[in-house]
Amino acid sequence: MSERKATIASRVGLHARPASIFAAAVGELTIEVTIALETDPAEDAMDASSILSLMSLGASNGDVVVLRAEGDGADAALESLVKLLETDLDAE
Amino acid sequence: MQNFTGVGVSPGRIIGSVRQMPKPISEPPAGERLEAATTPEVATVELRAAAKVVQAELQRRAEEATGASKSVLEATALMATDPMLIKAAVKLIATGTSAERAIWESGASVAEMLHNLGGYMAERATDVLDVRARIVAELRGVTAPGIPQSDVPFVLVAEDLAPADTATLDPNKVLALVTSGGGPQSHTAIIARALGLPAVVAAAGVEALTDGTEVYVDGAAGTLLVGPGDEQRTAVTAWEHVAASLSVFDGTGSTADGHLVPLLANVGGAADAVKAAAAGAEGVGLLRTEFCFLERDTEPTIDEQVVAYKGVFDAFPGKKVVVRTLDAGADKPLPFLTDSTEPNPSLGVRGYRTDLTSPGVLKRQLTAIATAAQASSAVVWVMAPMIATVDEAADFAAMCRVAGLKTPGVMVEVPSAALRSASILTEAEFVSLGTNDLTQYTMAADRQLGTLAALNSPWQPAVLQLIQLTVAGSIAEGNNKPVGVCGEAAADPVLAVVLVGLGVNTLSMTSRSMSAVGAVLKSVTLEQAQKLAHLAVSARNSDEARTKVRAELPILEELGL
Repeated sequence: MSERKATIASRVGLHARPASIFAAAVGELTIEVTIALETDPAEDAMDASSILSLMSLGASNGDVVVLRAEGDGADAALESLVKLLETDLDAE
Repeated sequence: MQNFTGVGVSPGRIIGSVRQMPKPISEPPAGERLEAATTPEVATVELRAAAKVVQAELQRRAEEATGASKSVLEATALMATDPMLIKAAVKLIATGTSAERAIWESGASVAEMLHNLGGYMAERATDVLDVRARIVAELRGVTAPGIPQSDVPFVLVAEDLAPADTATLDPNKVLALVTSGGGPQSHTAIIARALGLPAVVAAAGVEALTDGTEVYVDGAAGTLLVGPGDEQRTAVTAWEHVAASLSVFDGTGSTADGHLVPLLANVGGAADAVKAAAAGAEGVGLLRTEFCFLERDTEPTIDEQVVAYKGVFDAFPGKKVVVRTLDAGADKPLPFLTDSTEPNPSLGVRGYRTDLTSPGVLKRQLTAIATAAQASSAVVWVMAPMIATVDEAADFAAMCRVAGLKTPGVMVEVPSAALRSASILTEAEFVSLGTNDLTQYTMAADRQLGTLAALNSPWQPAVLQLIQLTVAGSIAEGNNKPVGVCGEAAADPVLAVVLVGLGVNTLSMTSRSMSAVGAVLKSVTLEQAQKLAHLAVSARNSDEARTKVRAELPILEELGL
């Protein structure tokens, strides 16, 4: 199990456009990735490819989230997803 | 000739042929089971395929759209195949539920979850329901809900419009909007006003019109006529002339006899300000600084604030920009300033009063405004919201002067400030009437309660009288200190004339309203405006005030307003 933390950089938090971009990026991976707020237990983690899950997570600007994945290439995949979350996607 | 009457929500007169929105998708009956010949596996494959088709269609529409509509559609497209939505439906199919019913229930529970999250998420619940209806239509093999395709422009008739429809509504293809449902604040009304399309809502019976029927729509009167004749054709031609002149504001607000009333814009940030300047605004009468920071959990830094304010100032070089300090509280909470547990937020610590509970925020904001002002050539005025007493006005003015801001003023929203404006103006350099809050406090009626809408009219004679008293206070003070209006009242071309007649010096409004307000104002002399103001103040109630003033303004009929 690989695990990475990321701080949400988008000014509007992880919904609207930033959530679309992130969910689409996860959807392109062959491995399953989960996302949870840092303060939530791991068993509450949600499917990171689901825009609806991301929206219900309600992560705001500055919140720390935990990404988890298993399998081949999990580390590299999480690394690129962390970068995405730490970019202000709303500004682009 | 057949006639339909509804509520006119966006002015304009047009003749065109009807296209009906496809009927909304009916709910698959509760407990609907898979057909005997269909296995859950087959139904699941069909559901996933239908979801993919819907996603592709929404994606295609997203590619054609621009700006905010594009991102809404991109998000909606992703929802169509979302694992949360589909997995729940697949589980139901496994128990023998039909695919249509399964996606229907799954969509309902997702929408409810979003709805319960409130705010922005609650708005997205509608998008989930739209996606659900599209998937069911695809499974049934019927026309997907949405704007009909047509080579020639048409009058769109619908029950009501969903955000996903309005997002792709092409104003070059749609001549007018007519709905059998909805109300003056419905999504249909808002989009029609934003696009400048004539629109009538709540016109019962229009769903029976057949496609291709020629109709006449009057978005001001709120009527639709089948089989228009010469009279209607003349009205359309007249409107076309008016629309051409109404679409532009010439940049100088004045009465027919040349009494100048600068028309200023209400803006929430730099993007708004640039638009307002392009529309001819003579300055900014209200910069709502809290709108730059609504999504924030923490106080923005001085540097961030300087950038936000300077963006607005730079759109109006050499012109007046009135900055309102953070107006947090009640309907606009800011986590770093307001206490969400107050039992009565409208009467609580809001506006200027937050300086009592969070000292320092206001001082830092004034520093940021002064810094941004020094770096631009705009003439910057500053005002505090929710001032109730002369002592508060004096304290605020002193803080402004310490920060290096020379023109401190206050909002008049609390009736006590209207009554005491003469003494308040000995401390402040100007006042600006916030008619929305002034109305809610004068009538003791919550702005957000639909049931109290009649009490919440700025046409209430008591509200108009308080405006009159505020002007009288300025005259009594003796130094010609300006009295402006920056509430919704100033955007109503009819009420704007009354305000000018009451002695208000400037009107500030959303930039789209400036052309209509400017046109009506130019049709009256100052003396006529004063007579109309007298009529309104002496009316028995808000309806009578409005009706009497309208009757004296023939230009309204001419302009279709």
